[in-house]
Amino acid sequence: MKKIILDSLGKSQHRGLNFRDMLYNNEARAFFFQIVTFVLVVGLFYTAIGNLFQNIDERGINTGFTFLKNRAGFDILPFLGNYVVDYTPESSNFSVFYVGLINTLVVAFVGIILSTLIGLLIGIARLSNNYLVAKLAGGYIELFRNVPILLQILFWYNLFINLFPHPKQSFAFFDIMFLNQRGLYLPKPIPEDGFMLVAIALLLGITASYFVKKYYKKKHELTGIHTSTWPFSIALILGLPIIVFLILGSPLQFDIAVLGKFNLRGGMNVVPEFLALTFALSVYTATYIAEAIRSGIEAVDKGQKEAAAAIGLTPTQSLKLIILPQALRVAIPPTINQYLNLTKNSSLATAIGYPELMSAFGGTVLNQVGQAVEILAMAMLVYLVISLFISLLLNYVNNKMAIQGR
Amino acid sequence: MPVFDQQETRKPPISQIGAVLWLKTNLFSSWINSILTFASLYLLYIMIPPLLNWMIFDASFSFGTINFFGFEIKFSEEMATNDNCGRVGACWPYIYEKLYMYTYGFYPRTETWRPNTVFALTGLLFVIVPLVKNYKYKNRVTLSLIILYPLISYVLIAGGFGLLTPVDTDQWGGLLLTLIIASVGIIVSFPIGVLLALGRQSNLKVIKLFSTLFIEFIRAVPLITILFMASFVLPLFLESGNYFDKLLRALIGIALFQAAYFAEVVRGGLQAIPRGQYEAADAIGLSYFQKNVLIILPQALKISIPNIVGSSISLFKDTTLVLIIGLFDMLAMVNLTSNDPYWLGRETEGFVFVTMVMWAILYTMSRYSRKLELRFNTENKN
Repeated sequence: MKKIILDSLGKSQHRGLNFRDMLYNNEARAFFFQIVTFVLVVGLFYTAIGNLFQNIDERGINTGFTFLKNRAGFDILPFLGNYVVDYTPESSNFSVFYVGLINTLVVAFVGIILSTLIGLLIGIARLSNNYLVAKLAGGYIELFRNVPILLQILFWYNLFINLFPHPKQSFAFFDIMFLNQRGLYLPKPIPEDGFMLVAIALLLGITASYFVKKYYKKKHELTGIHTSTWPFSIALILGLPIIVFLILGSPLQFDIAVLGKFNLRGGMNVVPEFLALTFALSVYTATYIAEAIRSGIEAVDKGQKEAAAAIGLTPTQSLKLIILPQALRVAIPPTINQYLNLTKNSSLATAIGYPELMSAFGGTVLNQVGQAVEILAMAMLVYLVISLFISLLLNYVNNKMAIQGR
Repeated sequence: MPVFDQQETRKPPISQIGAVLWLKTNLFSSWINSILTFASLYLLYIMIPPLLNWMIFDASFSFGTINFFGFEIKFSEEMATNDNCGRVGACWPYIYEKLYMYTYGFYPRTETWRPNTVFALTGLLFVIVPLVKNYKYKNRVTLSLIILYPLISYVLIAGGFGLLTPVDTDQWGGLLLTLIIASVGIIVSFPIGVLLALGRQSNLKVIKLFSTLFIEFIRAVPLITILFMASFVLPLFLESGNYFDKLLRALIGIALFQAAYFAEVVRGGLQAIPRGQYEAADAIGLSYFQKNVLIILPQALKISIPNIVGSSISLFKDTTLVLIIGLFDMLAMVNLTSNDPYWLGRETEGFVFVTMVMWAILYTMSRYSRKLELRFNTENKN
């Protein structure tokens, strides 16, 4: 609107199009600046890419993605990614990418769960009316939040390696789990035929319990009769798979580590690099999640709790129906952002050699192949996709939790 | 007529006053609270004594004789070696021996006065700026300081220009390098960040698109990929033969990275400015430049100051990442100095020392940012 008025003003004062008119015309200026920016940015890219090709030519670096099919030729620290891909030095560079991706996702997944648990605990403890507990939680946050995450990762890794015993003197937990310098040895589950059915039963249970809950919620809304659904949920989610499991005759075996001459053999080895990385990431991210949760709970007006009590809700009902929905609205978005940060920070594993994306693929393969542009582009693309996914999740949650005006 | 003697007032019961009351309300108000109190005490008991033992009681403080600003302080007959330092507690003589490395890296020992002068100037800056707050020409003073301070610091540290012996950037290290990267990163990225924020809020579609793309891309990827890009790919983007030094490459990466985060912080400030301010500026016929510099940015930046400090804190933490691309900042010194055959296996002491220094700096910064937040948060006080 503004522009149209200004335009007509300009036109009425100076008939026809002259330079002065152009100079003070908002649209002309806008067009001019955009063209200049466009030319500058495109020109910058054009020169950069031109130089890039020239440099690549001069230095004899290969281009293209054929290196992905080549033999990798190096060992990767054995962890989950290796087992999933069946990695050997004979595998291709693409398998390294795949191994790295899986290891990144594993760290992110475990780290997100752990940091949420610790964050919840610390965030609630921070608001405790117990002086000592509140101060301890505050101290935890101040301590771990103000130390760079890379320093924490290196510190815990160094401590784990120095503090944990030699394999011969492993700490044993009931002779099933062992902890030593080489990491944590867990029983390795070996699924046999028919285990798929148990997994299907679990999925079925979850879906069924969702529909049961939905049904009773609708009933509650229509008739006001409230039915507790948690017994159904437990029966469906836990009971159904257990029954299937027993009917099929326990189709799951565990391979437990045993102490050999020099080392533990068998079992599932969780390498100390993973332990240190996940521990450091969880402890660090938890401080931010704790702060988010604290601010969420503090954001709920005191009157809300009093009003809930006044209309006769029990403390549990008031927490579940009044306080939490409002607190979570404030607490969840920053928490999800922290999940993204945790995933991005997992790339710091490069410093301790845990074979995730940036360390195995962006590090070792890059050093061997030297095709920095392609390799870094692939790695960045993965992080872009992860962050896009988390942004979508955030948008979904924000929409879902937005206050609905009636 | 009965006579009443005035009775002495009874004291309140012991459970209602002083320490006992405090204990009762704060630590033992219910049985759950009592359990929590004992659990916390136990937690402290298993953590604090071993830590104190390692750091102080079992630790070695055999520094020999230290010359502290001309005072001779004698700790022991002679300085401990790695062998007689003991493995039960910390070996602080190692830190003392390597303190130079932790502070200046490989900076020539004869030229130490130069970084020291820069440290002193930085301290002076923090004294001068509050002092001239009410001075008539405070803007001119501040502006000249903003221009002069980096110039003087650069000349002092890098040398050259025929004045001082040049010191190559690969000789810079330790805390000095950490501080250089952090301050250069903040100073360079801030104006870029403001421009990007304005670009993202702009009506001009092309500028908005480029700014948004840049910001979102940078924020989606980890800093380490940017640093790898800066250190491996950036040289390829330049005309062949152009050599970039490693520190400069890292600085470019960090500045671009930080600019995207500053842009988002400033955008938050811009969005908080009421529409009326923009409209009023348009109404009195200010140009885009005048409108932003005179009306919008002063208000928007003021609102965003706490977040700008917060973002700077993150940048300071992120500077440690440069060790991955082979720069020797303070954290990198831990591994470097404990590879010294004379002080083998003293990583833990190094990590604890760096943690303490970093924590002290970051904690001070975060207290400062909280103070700013309280000062600027004039509305929504409940």
